[in-house]
Amino acid sequence: MMKVGAINNGVVIDHITAGKGMELYHFLNLDHVDAPIALIKNAPSQKMGKKDIIKIDAELNLALDALGYIDPNVTINVVKDGVRVEKFHPQLPEKLTNIVQCKNPRCITSVEQEIPHVFKLTNKETGEYRCIYCEAKAR
Amino acid sequence: MRSLLDIVDLTVEEIDELIATANDIIADPDKYAEKCKRKKLATLFFEPSTRTRLSFEAAMLELGGSVLGFSAANNSSAAKGESVADTVKTVGCYADIIAMRHPKEGAPMIASMRCDVPIINAGDGGHNHPTQTLADLLTINREKGHFDNLVVGMCGDLKFGRTVHSLIHALTRYENVKFVLISPDELKVPEYIIDELNKEGIPYVETTSLEEAMPELDILYMTRVQQERFFNEEDYLRLKDSYILTLDKLDTAKKDLCILHPLPRVNEISVAVDDDPRACYFKQVLNGKYIRMALILKLLEVA
Ligand SMILES: [Zn+2]
Repeated sequence: MMKVGAINNGVVIDHITAGKGMELYHFLNLDHVDAPIALIKNAPSQKMGKKDIIKIDAELNLALDALGYIDPNVTINVVKDGVRVEKFHPQLPEKLTNIVQCKNPRCITSVEQEIPHVFKLTNKETGEYRCIYCEAKAR
Repeated sequence: MRSLLDIVDLTVEEIDELIATANDIIADPDKYAEKCKRKKLATLFFEPSTRTRLSFEAAMLELGGSVLGFSAANNSSAAKGESVADTVKTVGCYADIIAMRHPKEGAPMIASMRCDVPIINAGDGGHNHPTQTLADLLTINREKGHFDNLVVGMCGDLKFGRTVHSLIHALTRYENVKFVLISPDELKVPEYIIDELNKEGIPYVETTSLEEAMPELDILYMTRVQQERFFNEEDYLRLKDSYILTLDKLDTAKKDLCILHPLPRVNEISVAVDDDPRACYFKQVLNGKYIRMALILKLLEVA
Protein backbone atom coordinates (compact mmCIF):
# COMPACT_ATOMS: atom_id res chain seq x y z
CA MET A 1 0.00 0.00 0.00
CA MET A 2 1.11 3.53 -0.75
CA LYS A 3 2.67 5.16 2.28
CA VAL A 4 1.21 8.31 3.67
CA GLY A 5 2.67 9.52 6.92
CA ALA A 6 0.82 9.05 10.17
CA ILE A 7 -0.76 12.15 11.63
CA ASN A 8 -0.15 13.77 15.01
CA ASN A 9 -3.34 15.61 15.89
CA GLY A 10 -6.45 15.32 13.80
CA VAL A 11 -8.79 12.75 12.28
CA VAL A 12 -8.58 9.81 9.92
CA ILE A 13 -11.79 9.09 8.07
CA ASP A 14 -11.45 5.45 7.13
CA HIS A 15 -13.55 2.90 5.22
CA ILE A 16 -15.01 5.46 2.86
CA THR A 17 -16.84 3.71 0.03
CA ALA A 18 -14.34 3.73 -2.87
CA GLY A 19 -15.09 6.69 -5.11
CA LYS A 20 -16.84 8.74 -2.43
CA GLY A 21 -13.68 10.24 -0.97
CA MET A 22 -13.76 13.33 -3.16
CA GLU A 23 -17.41 13.96 -2.36
CA LEU A 24 -16.64 13.85 1.38
CA TYR A 25 -13.59 16.04 0.82
CA HIS A 26 -15.76 18.72 -0.78
CA PHE A 27 -18.58 18.24 1.70
CA LEU A 28 -16.20 18.94 4.59
CA ASN A 29 -14.91 22.00 2.72
CA LEU A 30 -11.38 20.66 2.95
CA ASP A 31 -10.27 22.53 -0.15
CA HIS A 32 -10.42 25.69 1.96
CA VAL A 33 -8.39 24.29 4.86
CA ASP A 34 -4.76 25.29 5.28
CA ALA A 35 -3.42 22.11 6.88
CA PRO A 36 -1.79 18.85 5.77
CA ILE A 37 -4.52 16.71 4.27
CA ALA A 38 -4.29 13.43 2.34
CA LEU A 39 -7.02 11.97 0.20
CA ILE A 40 -6.21 8.37 -0.64
CA LYS A 41 -8.31 6.73 -3.29
CA ASN A 42 -8.79 3.03 -3.96
CA ALA A 43 -6.66 1.80 -1.10
CA PRO A 44 -6.83 -1.99 -0.70
CA SER A 45 -9.18 -3.10 2.07
CA GLN A 46 -9.74 -6.58 3.47
CA LYS A 47 -13.30 -5.76 4.38
CA MET A 48 -14.31 -3.72 1.35
CA GLY A 49 -11.96 -4.74 -1.46
CA LYS A 50 -11.00 -1.12 -1.89
CA LYS A 51 -11.77 2.03 0.00
CA ASP A 52 -10.98 5.73 0.19
CA ILE A 53 -9.33 7.37 3.19
CA ILE A 54 -9.00 10.99 4.28
CA LYS A 55 -6.33 12.04 6.76
CA ILE A 56 -6.39 15.51 8.24
CA ASP A 57 -3.49 16.59 10.41
CA ALA A 58 -5.20 19.45 12.20
CA GLU A 59 -7.78 19.87 14.94
CA LEU A 60 -10.69 21.32 13.04
CA ASN A 61 -14.33 21.78 13.85
CA LEU A 62 -15.72 19.55 11.11
CA ALA A 63 -19.33 18.51 10.48
CA LEU A 64 -18.40 14.87 11.05
CA ASP A 65 -21.88 13.85 12.22
CA ALA A 66 -23.39 14.52 8.84
CA LEU A 67 -20.94 12.08 7.23
CA GLY A 68 -23.25 9.30 8.39
CA TYR A 69 -25.79 10.57 5.88
CA ILE A 70 -23.38 10.80 2.94
CA ASP A 71 -21.61 7.49 3.57
CA PRO A 72 -22.83 5.27 6.42
CA ASN A 73 -19.76 2.97 6.07
CA VAL A 74 -17.15 5.39 7.35
CA THR A 75 -15.13 5.00 10.53
CA ILE A 76 -13.78 8.09 12.21
CA ASN A 77 -10.53 7.88 14.18
CA VAL A 78 -9.54 10.81 16.35
CA VAL A 79 -5.78 11.10 16.87
CA LYS A 80 -4.06 13.04 19.66
CA ASP A 81 -0.24 13.20 19.99
CA GLY A 82 0.12 10.43 17.44
CA VAL A 83 -2.20 8.06 19.33
CA ARG A 84 -5.73 7.07 18.37
CA VAL A 85 -7.93 8.24 21.26
CA GLU A 86 -11.37 7.64 19.80
CA LYS A 87 -12.95 5.55 17.06
CA PHE A 88 -16.61 5.73 16.02
CA HIS A 89 -19.16 5.33 13.26
CA PRO A 90 -21.10 8.53 12.75
CA GLN A 91 -24.81 8.12 13.55
CA LEU A 92 -27.47 9.35 11.20
CA PRO A 93 -27.95 12.95 12.31
CA GLU A 94 -31.45 14.02 13.44
CA LYS A 95 -31.26 17.06 11.21
CA LEU A 96 -29.45 17.98 8.00
CA THR A 97 -29.12 21.69 7.37
CA ASN A 98 -28.13 22.81 3.87
CA ILE A 99 -26.72 19.39 3.00
CA VAL A 100 -29.61 18.17 0.88
CA GLN A 101 -31.62 20.48 -1.36
CA CYS A 102 -35.40 20.06 -1.44
CA LYS A 103 -36.37 19.19 -5.01
CA ASN A 104 -40.11 19.61 -4.60
CA PRO A 105 -41.11 22.44 -6.99
CA ARG A 106 -44.12 23.22 -4.79
CA CYS A 107 -41.95 23.72 -1.69
CA ILE A 108 -41.49 27.24 -0.28
CA THR A 109 -37.71 26.70 -0.57
CA SER A 110 -38.10 26.64 -4.35
CA VAL A 111 -39.09 30.32 -4.43
CA GLU A 112 -37.30 31.81 -1.44
CA GLN A 113 -33.56 31.40 -1.86
CA GLU A 114 -32.48 32.40 1.61
CA ILE A 115 -34.40 29.78 3.52
CA PRO A 116 -32.10 27.02 4.83
CA HIS A 117 -32.92 23.59 3.44
CA VAL A 118 -33.56 21.50 6.55
CA PHE A 119 -34.30 17.78 6.54
CA LYS A 120 -35.36 15.72 9.53
CA LEU A 121 -34.63 12.03 10.08
CA THR A 122 -38.09 10.44 9.89
CA ASN A 123 -37.15 6.74 9.81
CA LYS A 124 -34.01 5.49 11.52
CA GLU A 125 -34.16 2.01 9.97
CA THR A 126 -34.41 3.15 6.38
CA GLY A 127 -32.45 6.39 6.88
CA GLU A 128 -35.35 8.37 5.45
CA TYR A 129 -35.14 12.14 5.66
CA ARG A 130 -37.96 14.57 4.91
CA CYS A 131 -38.03 18.31 4.26
CA ILE A 132 -39.33 20.07 7.39
CA TYR A 133 -41.38 22.47 5.27
CA CYS A 134 -43.11 20.31 2.67
CA GLU A 135 -42.34 16.77 3.97
CA ALA A 136 -40.92 15.65 0.61
CA LYS A 137 -38.39 12.82 0.91
CA ALA A 138 -34.70 13.61 0.48
CA ARG A 139 -33.38 12.22 -2.78
CA MET B 1 -46.83 31.13 21.42
CA ARG B 2 -48.19 28.17 19.51
CA SER B 3 -49.27 27.94 15.92
CA LEU B 4 -51.37 25.40 14.05
CA LEU B 5 -49.60 24.21 10.91
CA ASP B 6 -50.67 20.59 10.64
CA ILE B 7 -53.51 18.63 12.25
CA VAL B 8 -50.93 16.26 13.79
CA ASP B 9 -49.61 19.18 15.87
CA LEU B 10 -52.72 18.71 18.01
CA THR B 11 -53.09 15.84 20.46
CA VAL B 12 -56.36 13.92 20.68
CA GLU B 13 -57.00 15.72 23.97
CA GLU B 14 -56.48 19.13 22.37
CA ILE B 15 -58.87 18.24 19.55
CA ASP B 16 -61.45 17.12 22.12
CA GLU B 17 -60.94 20.39 23.95
CA LEU B 18 -61.47 22.45 20.75
CA ILE B 19 -64.61 20.48 19.96
CA ALA B 20 -65.92 21.03 23.49
CA THR B 21 -65.30 24.77 23.20
CA ALA B 22 -66.98 24.88 19.77
CA ASN B 23 -70.01 23.04 21.15
CA ASP B 24 -70.17 25.49 24.02
CA ILE B 25 -70.00 28.44 21.61
CA ILE B 26 -72.88 26.96 19.61
CA ALA B 27 -74.90 26.51 22.81
CA ASP B 28 -74.26 30.01 24.13
CA PRO B 29 -72.76 32.37 21.55
CA ASP B 30 -73.41 35.48 23.67
CA LYS B 31 -70.93 34.28 26.25
CA TYR B 32 -68.20 34.56 23.61
CA ALA B 33 -69.31 37.76 21.88
CA GLU B 34 -66.62 39.94 23.47
CA LYS B 35 -63.88 37.42 24.21
CA CYS B 36 -61.56 38.88 21.61
CA LYS B 37 -62.44 42.54 22.04
CA ARG B 38 -59.57 44.75 20.83
CA LYS B 39 -57.80 41.76 19.28
CA LYS B 40 -57.03 41.66 15.57
CA LEU B 41 -56.87 38.76 13.17
CA ALA B 42 -54.89 39.24 9.96
CA THR B 43 -55.89 37.08 7.02
CA LEU B 44 -52.93 36.81 4.66
CA PHE B 45 -54.15 35.07 1.53
CA PHE B 46 -51.25 34.86 -0.90
CA GLU B 47 -53.63 32.76 -2.95
CA PRO B 48 -57.33 33.54 -3.05
CA SER B 49 -59.84 31.35 -1.22
CA THR B 50 -62.85 33.48 -0.44
CA ARG B 51 -64.65 30.66 1.36
CA THR B 52 -61.88 29.99 3.87
CA ARG B 53 -61.06 33.66 4.38
CA LEU B 54 -64.68 34.59 5.12
CA SER B 55 -64.92 31.75 7.60
CA PHE B 56 -61.91 33.04 9.54
CA GLU B 57 -63.14 36.63 9.40
CA ALA B 58 -66.64 35.69 10.53
CA ALA B 59 -65.12 33.68 13.38
CA MET B 60 -63.08 36.63 14.64
CA LEU B 61 -65.96 39.10 14.25
CA GLU B 62 -68.24 36.86 16.29
CA LEU B 63 -65.66 36.85 19.06
CA GLY B 64 -65.80 40.64 19.15
CA GLY B 65 -62.43 41.09 17.46
CA SER B 66 -61.59 42.82 14.21
CA VAL B 67 -59.96 41.71 10.99
CA LEU B 68 -57.49 43.06 8.46
CA GLY B 69 -55.51 41.50 5.66
CA PHE B 70 -55.15 40.95 1.95
CA SER B 71 -56.12 38.39 -0.60
CA ALA B 72 -54.06 37.22 -3.60
CA ALA B 73 -50.46 38.13 -4.14
CA ASN B 74 -50.95 40.45 -7.09
CA ASN B 75 -51.99 43.45 -4.99
CA SER B 76 -49.68 42.86 -2.05
CA SER B 77 -46.05 43.24 -1.15
CA ALA B 78 -45.38 39.58 -1.89
CA ALA B 79 -45.80 40.31 -5.58
CA LYS B 80 -42.88 42.74 -5.28
CA GLY B 81 -40.66 39.91 -4.13
CA GLU B 82 -40.91 40.37 -0.37
CA SER B 83 -40.25 37.19 1.57
CA VAL B 84 -42.92 35.45 3.59
CA ALA B 85 -40.82 36.10 6.70
CA ASP B 86 -40.72 39.86 6.11
CA THR B 87 -44.43 40.03 5.34
CA VAL B 88 -45.43 38.25 8.53
CA LYS B 89 -42.95 40.16 10.67
CA THR B 90 -44.54 43.36 9.42
CA VAL B 91 -48.08 42.14 9.91
CA GLY B 92 -47.14 40.75 13.32
CA CYS B 93 -46.63 44.36 14.43
CA TYR B 94 -50.34 45.05 13.88
CA ALA B 95 -52.15 41.78 14.40
CA ASP B 96 -52.50 39.42 17.36
CA ILE B 97 -52.98 36.31 15.26
CA ILE B 98 -52.51 35.44 11.57
CA ALA B 99 -54.43 33.07 9.31
CA MET B 100 -52.36 32.44 6.22
CA ARG B 101 -52.92 30.73 2.91
CA HIS B 102 -50.05 30.32 0.48
CA PRO B 103 -49.57 28.37 -2.76
CA LYS B 104 -46.19 26.99 -1.62
CA GLU B 105 -45.90 24.09 0.79
CA GLY B 106 -44.32 24.97 4.12
CA ALA B 107 -44.79 28.75 3.82
CA PRO B 108 -46.81 28.92 7.07
CA MET B 109 -44.02 27.06 8.86
CA ILE B 110 -41.52 29.70 7.74
CA ALA B 111 -43.97 32.31 8.99
CA SER B 112 -44.26 30.65 12.40
CA MET B 113 -40.49 30.47 12.75
CA ARG B 114 -39.98 34.15 11.99
CA CYS B 115 -42.89 35.78 13.71
CA ASP B 116 -44.02 36.11 17.34
CA VAL B 117 -47.77 35.90 16.83
CA PRO B 118 -49.58 32.57 16.36
CA ILE B 119 -49.95 31.43 12.76
CA ILE B 120 -52.87 29.35 11.55
CA ASN B 121 -52.24 27.47 8.33
CA ALA B 122 -55.29 28.16 6.16
CA GLY B 123 -53.94 25.93 3.38
CA ASP B 124 -50.42 25.64 1.94
CA GLY B 125 -50.65 24.31 -1.60
CA GLY B 126 -51.68 20.67 -1.62
CA HIS B 127 -49.97 20.09 1.71
CA ASN B 128 -52.01 20.86 4.85
CA HIS B 129 -55.31 22.50 5.69
CA PRO B 130 -55.85 21.67 9.35
CA THR B 131 -58.92 23.85 10.01
CA GLN B 132 -60.84 21.98 7.30
CA THR B 133 -60.09 18.75 9.14
CA LEU B 134 -61.21 20.32 12.41
CA ALA B 135 -64.48 21.36 10.74
CA ASP B 136 -64.92 17.77 9.49
CA LEU B 137 -64.27 16.39 12.96
CA LEU B 138 -66.65 18.81 14.69
CA THR B 139 -69.38 17.88 12.22
CA ILE B 140 -68.88 14.14 12.80
CA ASN B 141 -68.89 14.74 16.53
CA ARG B 142 -72.11 16.76 16.43
CA GLU B 143 -73.90 14.36 14.10
CA LYS B 144 -72.71 11.10 15.68
CA GLY B 145 -71.71 12.08 19.19
CA HIS B 146 -68.52 10.01 18.98
CA PHE B 147 -65.60 9.07 16.72
CA ASP B 148 -65.14 5.43 17.65
CA ASN B 149 -66.95 2.47 16.06
CA LEU B 150 -67.69 4.29 12.81
CA VAL B 151 -67.57 3.03 9.24
CA VAL B 152 -66.20 5.97 7.28
CA GLY B 153 -66.53 6.03 3.48
CA MET B 154 -64.24 8.29 1.49
CA CYS B 155 -65.35 8.73 -2.11
CA GLY B 156 -63.90 10.34 -5.23
CA ASP B 157 -60.38 11.62 -5.68
CA LEU B 158 -58.52 9.92 -2.86
CA LYS B 159 -55.13 10.36 -4.48
CA PHE B 160 -54.81 14.13 -4.52
CA GLY B 161 -57.48 15.05 -1.97
CA ARG B 162 -55.50 16.40 0.97
CA THR B 163 -58.64 16.80 3.09
CA VAL B 164 -59.16 13.04 2.73
CA HIS B 165 -55.59 12.22 3.78
CA SER B 166 -55.67 14.44 6.78
CA LEU B 167 -59.13 13.26 7.94
CA ILE B 168 -58.02 9.61 7.66
CA HIS B 169 -54.96 10.47 9.68
CA ALA B 170 -57.01 12.21 12.37
CA LEU B 171 -59.58 9.41 12.62
CA THR B 172 -57.01 6.61 12.89
CA ARG B 173 -56.37 7.85 16.42
CA TYR B 174 -59.80 6.65 17.59
CA GLU B 175 -60.94 3.10 18.45
CA ASN B 176 -62.47 0.74 15.93
CA VAL B 177 -62.86 3.05 12.95
CA LYS B 178 -63.16 1.26 9.61
CA PHE B 179 -62.42 3.00 6.33
CA VAL B 180 -64.11 2.25 3.02
CA LEU B 181 -62.03 3.86 0.28
CA ILE B 182 -64.16 4.35 -2.81
CA SER B 183 -62.41 5.62 -5.94
CA PRO B 184 -61.51 4.81 -9.52
CA ASP B 185 -58.28 2.81 -9.76
CA GLU B 186 -56.51 5.91 -11.07
CA LEU B 187 -57.29 7.89 -7.93
CA LYS B 188 -56.71 5.46 -5.07
CA VAL B 189 -55.20 6.71 -1.79
CA PRO B 190 -51.41 7.02 -1.86
CA GLU B 191 -49.37 4.06 -0.69
CA TYR B 192 -48.02 5.80 2.40
CA ILE B 193 -51.55 5.99 3.81
CA ILE B 194 -52.20 2.30 3.12
CA ASP B 195 -48.86 1.53 4.80
CA GLU B 196 -49.92 3.52 7.83
CA LEU B 197 -53.28 1.72 8.03
CA ASN B 198 -51.59 -1.67 7.73
CA LYS B 199 -48.99 -0.79 10.30
CA GLU B 200 -51.60 0.32 12.84
CA GLY B 201 -53.84 -2.65 12.06
CA ILE B 202 -56.74 -0.38 11.09
CA PRO B 203 -59.43 -2.11 9.01
CA TYR B 204 -60.09 -0.74 5.52
CA VAL B 205 -61.36 -1.85 2.14
CA GLU B 206 -60.67 -0.33 -1.25
CA THR B 207 -63.48 -0.48 -3.78
CA THR B 208 -64.52 1.15 -7.02
CA SER B 209 -68.23 0.94 -6.30
CA LEU B 210 -70.10 3.54 -4.28
CA GLU B 211 -73.33 1.51 -4.55
CA GLU B 212 -71.76 -1.59 -3.03
CA ALA B 213 -70.18 0.34 -0.18
CA MET B 214 -73.28 2.43 0.67
CA PRO B 215 -75.25 0.13 3.04
CA GLU B 216 -72.57 -0.16 5.71
CA LEU B 217 -71.49 3.50 5.89
CA ASP B 218 -72.01 5.78 8.89
CA ILE B 219 -70.13 8.66 7.26
CA LEU B 220 -69.77 9.39 3.55
CA TYR B 221 -67.10 11.95 2.71
CA MET B 222 -67.50 13.04 -0.92
CA THR B 223 -64.79 14.76 -2.98
CA ARG B 224 -64.66 15.89 -6.54
CA VAL B 225 -63.27 13.78 -9.37
CA GLN B 226 -61.61 16.35 -11.61
CA GLN B 227 -61.28 15.79 -15.30
CA GLU B 228 -57.66 16.97 -15.37
CA ARG B 229 -56.67 14.04 -13.16
CA PHE B 230 -57.36 11.61 -16.01
CA PHE B 231 -55.13 10.71 -18.91
CA ASN B 232 -57.95 10.81 -21.41
CA GLU B 233 -61.47 12.11 -21.67
CA GLU B 234 -62.88 8.64 -22.35
CA ASP B 235 -61.85 7.33 -18.93
CA TYR B 236 -63.21 10.43 -17.28
CA LEU B 237 -66.59 10.20 -19.01
CA ARG B 238 -66.79 6.46 -18.32
CA LEU B 239 -66.16 6.95 -14.62
CA LYS B 240 -67.49 10.29 -13.56
CA ASP B 241 -71.12 9.29 -13.00
CA SER B 242 -70.11 6.45 -10.68
CA TYR B 243 -68.86 8.97 -8.19
CA ILE B 244 -71.77 11.36 -8.28
CA LEU B 245 -74.09 11.08 -5.31
CA THR B 246 -77.78 11.05 -6.23
CA LEU B 247 -80.95 10.34 -4.25
CA ASP B 248 -81.22 6.94 -6.00
CA LYS B 249 -77.87 5.85 -4.66
CA LEU B 250 -78.97 6.80 -1.15
CA ASP B 251 -81.83 4.25 -1.24
CA THR B 252 -79.67 1.59 0.40
CA ALA B 253 -77.93 3.94 2.82
CA LYS B 254 -78.44 3.98 6.57
CA LYS B 255 -81.13 6.33 7.84
CA ASP B 256 -78.58 8.17 9.96
CA LEU B 257 -75.81 8.37 7.36
CA CYS B 258 -73.87 11.64 7.57
CA ILE B 259 -72.82 13.04 4.17
CA LEU B 260 -69.88 15.42 4.17
CA HIS B 261 -68.04 17.39 1.48
CA PRO B 262 -65.25 19.96 1.92
CA LEU B 263 -66.93 22.21 -0.72
CA PRO B 264 -67.03 23.84 -3.16
CA ARG B 265 -68.80 21.15 -5.11
CA VAL B 266 -69.27 21.10 -8.84
CA ASN B 267 -71.60 18.24 -9.66
CA GLU B 268 -70.45 15.38 -7.45
CA ILE B 269 -73.48 15.69 -5.19
CA SER B 270 -76.79 16.19 -6.93
CA VAL B 271 -78.57 19.32 -5.67
CA ALA B 272 -81.61 17.13 -4.94
CA VAL B 273 -79.61 15.53 -2.11
CA ASP B 274 -79.34 18.88 -0.30
CA ASP B 275 -82.84 18.55 1.16
CA ASP B 276 -82.21 15.06 2.50
CA PRO B 277 -81.67 15.17 6.27
CA ARG B 278 -78.50 13.12 5.79
CA ALA B 279 -76.82 15.97 3.87
CA CYS B 280 -74.52 17.65 6.39
CA TYR B 281 -72.17 19.63 4.14
CA PHE B 282 -73.69 23.02 4.78
CA LYS B 283 -73.71 22.34 8.51
CA GLN B 284 -70.05 21.50 8.00
CA VAL B 285 -69.45 25.04 6.64
CA LEU B 286 -71.10 26.56 9.69
CA ASN B 287 -69.18 24.23 11.99
CA GLY B 288 -66.01 25.42 10.27
CA LYS B 289 -66.67 28.89 11.63
CA TYR B 290 -67.32 27.63 15.17
CA ILE B 291 -64.21 25.46 15.29
CA ARG B 292 -62.12 28.40 14.01
CA MET B 293 -63.57 30.49 16.83
CA ALA B 294 -62.49 27.81 19.31
CA LEU B 295 -59.05 27.67 17.72
CA ILE B 296 -58.56 31.45 17.83
CA LEU B 297 -59.50 31.43 21.54
CA LYS B 298 -57.05 28.62 22.22
CA LEU B 299 -54.12 30.16 20.33
CA LEU B 300 -54.74 33.60 21.83
CA GLU B 301 -55.01 31.94 25.25
CA VAL B 302 -58.27 33.74 25.92
CA ALA B 303 -60.14 31.86 28.62
ZN1 LIG C 1 -39.42 21.00 0.79
